[in-house]
Amino acid sequence: MGLIKVNDKPQEVNLPKSVSEIILQNKVVQPGMVSVQLNGEFVLREDFDTTFLKEGDEIDFLYFMGGGSKSCLTVR
Amino acid sequence: MDFTDEQIQRYSRHILLQDVGVEGQEKISQAKVLIIGAGGLGAPVALYLAAAGIGTIGIIDGDVVDLSNLQRQIIHFTEDVDKPKVFSAREKINRLNPDVKVVTYQTLFTAENALDIIKNYDFIVDGTDNFPVKFLINDACVFAGKPFSHGGILRFEGQTFTHVPGTACYRCFFYAPPPANAVPTCSQAGVLGAIAGMLGTIQAAEVLKYFTGVGELLTNRLLTFNAKTMEFRTIKGKKNHKCPVCGDHPTVKELVDYEQATCDIQSRKNHTNS
Repeated sequence: MGLIKVNDKPQEVNLPKSVSEIILQNKVVQPGMVSVQLNGEFVLREDFDTTFLKEGDEIDFLYFMGGGSKSCLTVR
Repeated sequence: MDFTDEQIQRYSRHILLQDVGVEGQEKISQAKVLIIGAGGLGAPVALYLAAAGIGTIGIIDGDVVDLSNLQRQIIHFTEDVDKPKVFSAREKINRLNPDVKVVTYQTLFTAENALDIIKNYDFIVDGTDNFPVKFLINDACVFAGKPFSHGGILRFEGQTFTHVPGTACYRCFFYAPPPANAVPTCSQAGVLGAIAGMLGTIQAAEVLKYFTGVGELLTNRLLTFNAKTMEFRTIKGKKNHKCPVCGDHPTVKELVDYEQATCDIQSRKNHTNS
């Protein structure tokens, strides 16, 4: 077990774990709608499976937020 | 510039602030700010900036006021339903503060008109409700070297940061629009009306800080809050060297209008009305 911080809150997890696994473990409702920062560094979506967390790491999920009720738009 | 007695009285609570004073108020009165979207975020931003005496306020929105807007878009009143939002907003600004020059653009903000419009302004406020325009605003401001305030709200949450040239941009935090299949459907979305005010007033405060030089702007930080717990937090960020628009090897070299799918008839016309 190791201690990491997820969205500024301490969490005990089995390490190493990939960014994808941490997303899954934290039951992120819409994984496609988060951007990830690891220790303040942006992580590319394509690197989620191959980027592993270690003891003391801080991971933040940044959610895409549009506006009000009409943010139901998609892009190509 | 010389303030009249009436103006000194009107802006006295700014002038009394040691950090602002007459000099700061002069800067505010000479500032030109563009608000993109006269909706949930644009409404409080426009009202507070008008009250503050911003010299020129540009407002762009191609939409008309809908009854469902009034729950949060506080610059529009019941009798404004069906009126173009930019005209409704201009009326209220004129009534609140005749000192303010208002420029209206009753159109959508697009890759074609973006640079032409923003070149006339010192600061841009993103008050839009959708990702294609948010990315467009970011890219246009980065290309033109303009500072802007990003704002987003959803359900009970809000997020905002301020960009000035050289600091983290929207793509540094979010890279590219979310995958199409990940964006919430209309029925999943929704927003507590007052959240728009909470977020919009933070954006307005950032604008006033920018022009008066007071304090530290919300640069290289993403402020998020959740009104359910009333917890606020700022996530540190920085200019991302992999950023596709301001990074070391930019791949975004021109403005694009990302296509937006429509999930109902309203969504296409309600393009900039967070």
